[in-house]
This record gives sequence, structure tokens and C-alpha cells, in this order.
Amino acid sequence: MSELSSLDNDQPLLVAEGLAKNYGRLPACRDVSFALYPGEVLAIVGESGSGKSTLLQLLSAQLAPSAGRVSYRMRDGVLRDLAELGEAERRFLFRTDWGFVHQDPAQGLRMGVSAGANVGERLMAVGWNHYGRIRDTASTWLDRVEIDVGRIDDAPKTYSGGMRQRLQIARNLVTEPRLVFMDEPTGGLDVSVQARLLDLMRNLVSELGLAAIVVTHDLAVARLLSHRVMVMKGGRVIETGLTDQVLDDPREPYTQLLVSSILPP
Amino acid sequence: MNAPTYNFAYLDEQTKRMIRRAILKAIAIPGYQVPFASREMPMPYGWGTGGVQVTAAILGPDDVLKVIDQGSDDTTNAISIRKFFGKTAGVATTTSTTDATVIQTRHRIPEASLHAGQVLVYQVPIPEPLRFLEPRETETRRMHALAEYGLMHVKLYEDIARFGHIATAYAYPVKVNARYVMDPSPTPKFDNPKLDNCAALQLFGAGREKRIYAIPPYTTVVSLDFEDHPFTRYRFNAPCALCGADNSYLDEIVTDDKGGRMFVCSDTDFCEQRQAAGHHGTESAAPHKEKAHV
Repeated sequence: MSELSSLDNDQPLLVAEGLAKNYGRLPACRDVSFALYPGEVLAIVGESGSGKSTLLQLLSAQLAPSAGRVSYRMRDGVLRDLAELGEAERRFLFRTDWGFVHQDPAQGLRMGVSAGANVGERLMAVGWNHYGRIRDTASTWLDRVEIDVGRIDDAPKTYSGGMRQRLQIARNLVTEPRLVFMDEPTGGLDVSVQARLLDLMRNLVSELGLAAIVVTHDLAVARLLSHRVMVMKGGRVIETGLTDQVLDDPREPYTQLLVSSILPP
Repeated sequence: MNAPTYNFAYLDEQTKRMIRRAILKAIAIPGYQVPFASREMPMPYGWGTGGVQVTAAILGPDDVLKVIDQGSDDTTNAISIRKFFGKTAGVATTTSTTDATVIQTRHRIPEASLHAGQVLVYQVPIPEPLRFLEPRETETRRMHALAEYGLMHVKLYEDIARFGHIATAYAYPVKVNARYVMDPSPTPKFDNPKLDNCAALQLFGAGREKRIYAIPPYTTVVSLDFEDHPFTRYRFNAPCALCGADNSYLDEIVTDDKGGRMFVCSDTDFCEQRQAAGHHGTESAAPHKEKAHV
């Protein structure tokens, strides 16, 4: 982690400028601009259809924007426009410096191969060629995400939903990325498993100094994980600010509605 | 004499041109799978339609053809393909590895070392080495294009995790000319070292999957492995029962229903040459007299 902290933390890691995406005549995302700094966790909240997932795909260069651009500070400290990267560079970035945690673990994991190979795949993709070391690293990571190391040779299809999600996180973090995208990471899990997963993610994010962009419709996830919140509605960002500030003292009527729709404990 | 019913070597000249173009491209990019417009052949898929088309495209009247199936010259598949070209091209056929100019093979590389000027044609069922790990063709092509081969090691990792060693015994993935990862067709991994720096041209044809790929002569071919689990050959630990060879690839033959078995060379030509040269094993190759049931 030392080389990361030596990077100038005052410089943004990811910059979005005037991002927009239209699906035909339908504007899914309009004029989104923000900067994400190293170690910062940003939550994007909003109801279904508000453009959260489209925005996440734009930010992670899986979709080409209709207007605007996304820039990322590479490990050499140079801020580069993602649209100008070659496909090979983009894919390399995606499996080394970035992580992507899908809502459905089946999308982010190879369900038929063992957990150890799932975690080791990124390492082998960047040229690790020593079975023993790959396996040791995989065991360490399984332990870190609280999966019994005795199950390293079991395929994720034999895992429970919560374990799959934790395995997916381990698989993404093994190359020590600087930025992780998460799409509804706790969706479809029961409440106690969610709580454990959130706790785990919060610890990992702070230990590793990760920057993360978390898309969620669950305000509790935003409150627990994120430093900053962006509220989206109809493809626009309608409110943004520090998490406590936005959730405790919402300014926009829609945000007030969103916050008040949570049942009081 | 009847007028010939078929064009020389069965396929029409335009088709042969198309296949030759694919072959030339394959030779130019070692290990790269070149798509081609595979034709229906008068045999079922899985019987070597790809290999037969490649052979048909490169065969000339002066060629001497040898066809082997699992190392053997006398199995149904080998005999029928040999007869097919004997009939449609009228070329000379042989069972001798050294005399042949074109050798079509299924599942083996001959034991006798190949020499310059020879062409080895493989019949390939599934050309894509990444297929069982990544089912999408669009994705595997992109992975080849960008040389993203981490996934291939995932397969080897799985082997070691499950069996304690790399248990892949055939179709063992190789890297050709330090660029493309290639499936050497279902040859036993015993044969993998013969792919490397081979004097003969090696052509691979997959008829159903419509792909041709090639290893030009004297090309570097490396079997993939891990530093701490290096590639190893595998061979039954026994001499051939007929010729006594202790360095050839062996077939296990069950001889009775009481657990009796014998090991013999899978390369019949190699075995016969050795027997003719006076080598012999524990068993005789001469046919046994039928034993009367008591």
C-alpha cells in the first residue's frame, strides 16, 4: 500500500465531466459531473430506473457515453480519458487496478471452478506462474473475507449467497485495486448476512484505502459505507453531499421522500 | 477403364483453393485458428472431416500418403481414409512413417522422427483450448487477440487442486511461437515435446468447427505449466510386449476377464519395424492358434 499513499492524495482518482447516455430518445443519464478522490467511498442512490446502473457502466467504461467523458488517474499518476484507452489497456485496468462487484455473484464468478481458482485467476492473468504462491494468496484472501479455508477447492455453486458475495469481493481485491465499483452488493441477501457483509466491506475499504463507487437503493448501505452520497432521479443528480448531511438533513423534496420512506427502527 | 467420377482428391478445385488460402494464413500466423468454409464430406463429423479436407487440398499426384488412427495404420478410420484417397486421388499409400510425404493422423504423432518436407495433418474435434472455460466464441476470440491467457492456467490450477498434479493427459495446451495458446488436438501429452521445433509442417483441420491452424517447421512450442508443477510426459511403466521398446507410447490391451493385460506400442509401424529388426518382447506377434474350448 505504500506506493499508493505516496501518490498525491489531493489529486482526483476518477473525474466525470458532463456524462450523458441516451438509449434512443430516452435519456438514461444526463449531465453528471464529479470527482472521486483516492480512499473515498461514493454512494449513488435513487430508485429503480433513475439511471444509477447506467452511470456505473459509463464510469467503468463498459458503456460509451453519448456526451461527456470519464478520466482516470493511472498508476503512473497521469490522468487519462478512458475512451482513448485501447481495448487491451482497458481490459488490463479492469482486472488489475479496478474491481467490479456485481449484484448477482454468478456474473462475477466462474461458478464451475474452485474458489481458489476464482481468486487466483486475476493473479494468473497478470503472469503469476507459481502454484504454491497463488494458492497461499488465495487462502489468505478467503480468510480475510471470512470464508473457511477448508472450502478453497469447492466451487462457488456449492456456496451460500452471502459466501458467494464475499468470494466475489476477494476475487476482486486480490490484485490490490485502487478503485472498486459495486452494483447493489447486498441485494438479494437476508438482513443478518447483509450486516455482516457491510461490516466486512467497511473494514476492507478502510484497511486497503480503497476508493469505491457503490450503487444502491438501500440507504442503510450508503450510510454505513460511504463518505459522500449522490442522489439520482430521472437520470440527473439532484443532490450531492456528505452522507450524514444528505441523509440527516435532505434538501430536495425527492430526497426527503426517500429518507422518510425508511421505517424507523 | 471408367472415366473418373470425382475431381482429383474428391474436392473441387475452388474449394481446394479456399482451403489452401486458409492453410497459408494459418502458416503465416502460427497457432492462430483460421476460419474456413468447411464442406460436407462423405463421412460423419468426428471421423476426420477437417483432416480429410486439409489432406485433399495439399495432396499432389506424387505424394505418398499414410493415415493413422491412435497410432495405428490398420483401424477402420485409418483404412477408410487411406482407401478414400487411393480411390479419389490415385496416390500411393504406405504405412511407413519415413516413406510418407503426407501423414494424416488422429490422436498421435508417430514415434519415428519426422523429416523436412513431410506434412503432418491432424484431425481436430474441438480447436478452441479455452472452450470449456469460456463458452462464448466472441470472448475467446478477443482473449486470443489480446493474448489474455490467465484462464488457461485456471484449468491447470484446477487440476492440481483436485488431483495434486496436472492431470490433463491429452489435448494439453501449448503456446506456439510465444504468442497463441493452441490445442494440439487430442494427442496424449507424451507427444507434446514432438511438436516443438519439428522439421515437418504440422496442419490442424477441424471440420465441424470450421477452423484450420498450423505449426510451421522449426517453430517453438511450449507446453503450459507452473514453476512448481512443471510439464511432465506420461507413459505406462512397461516395455512393449511385442517389440520390447521402452521409450514409445503404449496402449493397454485387456487380454482376458481375469485382469490380464498387456502393453503394446500404439504406433504400429514403429512396432513392426522394430520387430523386423529383430527386437522382441514377452509376447509373440504371430497369430495364436485358436485354442479349442475344453
